Amino acid sequence: MNLNAIRAIKRPLTADEITGWASGDAWLAGGTWLFSEPQPSLETLIDLEQLGWPALALSDGGLDIAATCSIATLYGFNPPVQWGAAALIKECANCLLASFKIWNAATVGGNICMSLPAGAMISLTVALEATYELWQRDGTQREIPALDFVTGNHANVLKPGELLRSIHIPARSLSKRFALRHASLTKLGRSAALIVGTQTGGTGDMLLTITAATPRPVQIAFPAVPTSIELRRAIDAAIPGDGYFADPHGSAPYKHHLTYHFAEQIRQELAQPAVLA
Amino acid sequence: MTYLVDGKQISAEPHAGQCLRTFLRDFGSFGVKKGCDGGDCGACTVWLDGVPVHSCLTPAFRAAGREVTTIAGLAVDGVLHPMQQAFLDAQAFQCGFCTAGMIMTAASLDAERLQDLPHSLKGNLCRCTGYRSINDALHGRTSVEADVAGRACGASLPNPFGPSIVTGQAHYTMDVAVEGALHLKVLRSPHAHARIVAIDRQKALAVPGVAGIFTWEDVPRRLYSTATHEDHLVDPDDTYMLDNVVRFVGQRVAAVVAETEAAAEAACHLLDVTYEILPAVFDPVTAMEPDAPVLHDKGDAARGNIYVDIKGEVGSVLEGFAGADAVHEMTYSTSRVQHSHLETHGSIAWKDETGRLHVRTSSQAPFIAKQKLCHLFQMSPRDVHVFCERIGGGFGGKQEMISEDLCVLATLKIGRPVQWEFTREEQFIGATTRHQMTTRVKLGAKRDGTLTAIDVHVVSNTGAYGGHGGETLAAALGNPLTAYRCKNKRAEGYAVYTNIVPGGGFRGYGASQTTFAIESAMDDLARTLGIDPFAMRRLNMVRPGDWMESVWKDPSDVTFGSYGLDQCLDLVEDALSSGRGAEPPAGENWQSGTGVALAMLDCGPPTEHRSGAEMALLPDGRYHLAIGSTEMGNGSVTSHRQIAASVLSTRADQVAIINADTDLTPYDTGTFASTGTVVAGRAVDAAANALLDNILDFASRHTGAPTSECHLDDDEIVCGNRRMSLQDLWKAGHAVGHRFEAKRKAYLSPRTVAFNVHGIRLAVEKVTGEIRILQSVQAADIGRLINPMQCRGQIDGAIAMAIGWTLTENMMIDDHGAVINPAFRNYRIPAFADVPESEVHFADTYDAIGPLGAKSQGESAINPVAPAIANALANATGVRFAHLPLTPDRIFDRLSHDA
Repeated sequence: MNLNAIRAIKRPLTADEITGWASGDAWLAGGTWLFSEPQPSLETLIDLEQLGWPALALSDGGLDIAATCSIATLYGFNPPVQWGAAALIKECANCLLASFKIWNAATVGGNICMSLPAGAMISLTVALEATYELWQRDGTQREIPALDFVTGNHANVLKPGELLRSIHIPARSLSKRFALRHASLTKLGRSAALIVGTQTGGTGDMLLTITAATPRPVQIAFPAVPTSIELRRAIDAAIPGDGYFADPHGSAPYKHHLTYHFAEQIRQELAQPAVLA
Repeated sequence: MTYLVDGKQISAEPHAGQCLRTFLRDFGSFGVKKGCDGGDCGACTVWLDGVPVHSCLTPAFRAAGREVTTIAGLAVDGVLHPMQQAFLDAQAFQCGFCTAGMIMTAASLDAERLQDLPHSLKGNLCRCTGYRSINDALHGRTSVEADVAGRACGASLPNPFGPSIVTGQAHYTMDVAVEGALHLKVLRSPHAHARIVAIDRQKALAVPGVAGIFTWEDVPRRLYSTATHEDHLVDPDDTYMLDNVVRFVGQRVAAVVAETEAAAEAACHLLDVTYEILPAVFDPVTAMEPDAPVLHDKGDAARGNIYVDIKGEVGSVLEGFAGADAVHEMTYSTSRVQHSHLETHGSIAWKDETGRLHVRTSSQAPFIAKQKLCHLFQMSPRDVHVFCERIGGGFGGKQEMISEDLCVLATLKIGRPVQWEFTREEQFIGATTRHQMTTRVKLGAKRDGTLTAIDVHVVSNTGAYGGHGGETLAAALGNPLTAYRCKNKRAEGYAVYTNIVPGGGFRGYGASQTTFAIESAMDDLARTLGIDPFAMRRLNMVRPGDWMESVWKDPSDVTFGSYGLDQCLDLVEDALSSGRGAEPPAGENWQSGTGVALAMLDCGPPTEHRSGAEMALLPDGRYHLAIGSTEMGNGSVTSHRQIAASVLSTRADQVAIINADTDLTPYDTGTFASTGTVVAGRAVDAAANALLDNILDFASRHTGAPTSECHLDDDEIVCGNRRMSLQDLWKAGHAVGHRFEAKRKAYLSPRTVAFNVHGIRLAVEKVTGEIRILQSVQAADIGRLINPMQCRGQIDGAIAMAIGWTLTENMMIDDHGAVINPAFRNYRIPAFADVPESEVHFADTYDAIGPLGAKSQGESAINPVAPAIANALANATGVRFAHLPLTPDRIFDRLSHDA
């Protein structure tokens, strides 16, 4: 929709061109959320498109995804065969409420910075133990674990004007096994729970990532695949009974219930020996 | 900046925050629609350098220097894109408002995406078709039949506006550029109940471009109802155009008119309103308590918040229950839902050079809207013209006058054209909804299943205003009880004011709500008695020879023009036992079951309803048909042409039609209450027959052959052994001053009855609560099918709408009375993935009352679907879910305890 309060568009060629930061400023990536609701408090959009960040960079260390990489581009990524967990990219993208047309514009960074509980790019990058590179307006940079970025529904650690530059997914987590479970109140709808388990090859560990059911991602590391009872206790220790997220996409008790159910399914799957493709 | 749009170069500077959708429309690309303006519905889909995007989410500046393709640019050199042709062949549209975006998406799909339509089409919503015809188009299936003279009636003929719909050339209400038009925006109340103490307009007036601000002090202090009916007394006059008391979150507080939408919006934000907060009540039962805050004090405050109560009894339910072997009693409830027609409400008003007022609007009842405008502004009817061009869906939501009045007010005050288009959010918070109803049903029966008593108690939450509150309540207490023969019936209903967004007319109109309750209860009673649900219904259902009555003793004008309920039950039972449909998913957590429900519909409303039609033979030998009724995707334009063509032994294509225009067509009450065929269609039938008589009479005089030897044959007339073209006949008539014209009116009495039976087989996952519909089958007794493809399409669409009501849709209201989910992303109308393909069967009946043997069908198909699903769920699980919607988070806990 028209954002009628916007007075100016800035289109910098480098992020350094943006020095100050006013309360009505906002970074514009794909625009698919910004333009989907009235934004009466915003006055200036600062377009990231011309910064020209390479969308994807592959190295021995892993995969670097520019915040401005479109979801469509990431979806089309053709990973090295040893990165079995890269299949999570497509699986998570398919958990998005948004259709492929939105993916053509929406960015990975945009989905993360929106910081909705059901943000599937958050699920993806947290489950794969990514780190985010953040650029502050004073020119300093910091890196934080993906897990720590989202702090609540539609809330995150970004300071005013701070920019998510890129997401680094380490090769070691891309090489893991994984199991994903997901449910929605409607067919192909927004996630009520999106839960991912990963396991380091050759070990019996298990890393459980709970998203959508809770306001922010919750991750529980097990050195070995737990028993059913241990799993439930660990979930209860990590998420208080009132710690589930209620919205039109599912009641809190339902999300609590799904979390137990899917975590247990993931536990059982990862307790089985890996099937070689 | 330079843009290349559909091959044409445009040099322009968009506004900083402008999206591509409005930018394209500014330059006349009206094929780019607004369904939601938030990226959820896909109606605005265009291609950017060949890649499909939602133009409402695309910053306009980003398209500069790139190639933009809209629906209008898809055809090359006048040759339709194969996907446009496929949509025509399958008639994959009803109102056609979503079609441009649907085609732009479908035409972009590669082979891989075509294999996965549920994912590929999840970004495109259609409210009319139920997606079946869209699926047909994407599979290259053809549904249209040839237009053959004399065989128009009963043929699956295409919508005459199809070519303009698939090319984006069909002009919906807002698809015109009116020179000099001002834009209207309203400030809506943030409070559920408050008195407006003061409105300071100073800051708002200072916004550049603001041309006027109107509050309750500027409008005629004249009460009315926004609901449209022939008889204005059936709705309460409880509304002021703008009021100094607001009664729900979202009620209009003030209207701002400005040179741009942006200026009007900015000024709305700057209006400084002082409210005195009043106590609010949201629950209708609480609202009936003596100490509840009273919403309306307009002469009927003695009744408190009960707008209307309706009671009746035939026989004695006391005796009936005393004689029963089994009694079932339970309370069932249905949710508040929104029509979600893809085209939002909107109007454009202007005065011509003579001072006459014209209103272009999206209405199901332009003639009633005109009457209401004349009443509000004390204008003479001759000074007002109201008309519709093409309307993007209605479903009862446009049986209201809620956008015309403010545009007219502003035009009269300022003298310039004024337009106002609702946002999608406004549809949810400031339009109307289906009445939420809670229904207690008590049934008594003998051991063999024979009903001894039916007792129904309904509380309808009419929200802050009472339009349609009485009529929907009466409908709720009518047909669903009439459908069963039982000596003892009692019903009691209350329509109650609360501080919530108002109820209104909605496809199914009250009967849907109590059909859900009564059909669920019939199933529960059958289970208690160990009787098969089909057998239970056959034993008790109304049959020809029965006195049809609900709970009122006085005679009615409803009679059996035909009867096919027995056939419908057989058709559905056969289908469910046929083995067709999907297998239940594997796994011990999946349980499956079947369910059935029936519904009965009086064909037309009990209130007055009338329609007029004019026909003429044109100099070129074709026919002119003018009919007042609105076409909003229901297909009436197509079927009216077929009726006329059938009477005149010609092709539908020979009949040029205009409709829904208070200047150009005869009076029509409006297209609602399933009257498009049985009233307007009857008027067309009568006018066509009158014109036929006129033509034959003249031809007989002209040729000397007796009329008995004259007949029409397509575009010629045969008189004895002489054959001449209608063109020549017209010339001959014209030469002697003969006028080939006729006009007839139709009223609605007596009324016939239609029946629909729905069957469902489903599976439910008892841990996650997920429901999968494995088979959906409906049988309809709607008399002769004037256009079988359209009839099936109406039923497909009604089933999809019912599936939404049953499984996904629910307007959630917070503790302060505000709608929590006023956007499609949070209020899910069915997408392609949500709707299974249904089997649709028709009873073989020919009605003695309806025109050409046809009966009503626009609404009735929706009614049996929700209870059929709930009954199948009960059959699968042994648990009764009595409250809609049946979302997984509402059902998991009662299924999973033993998982």
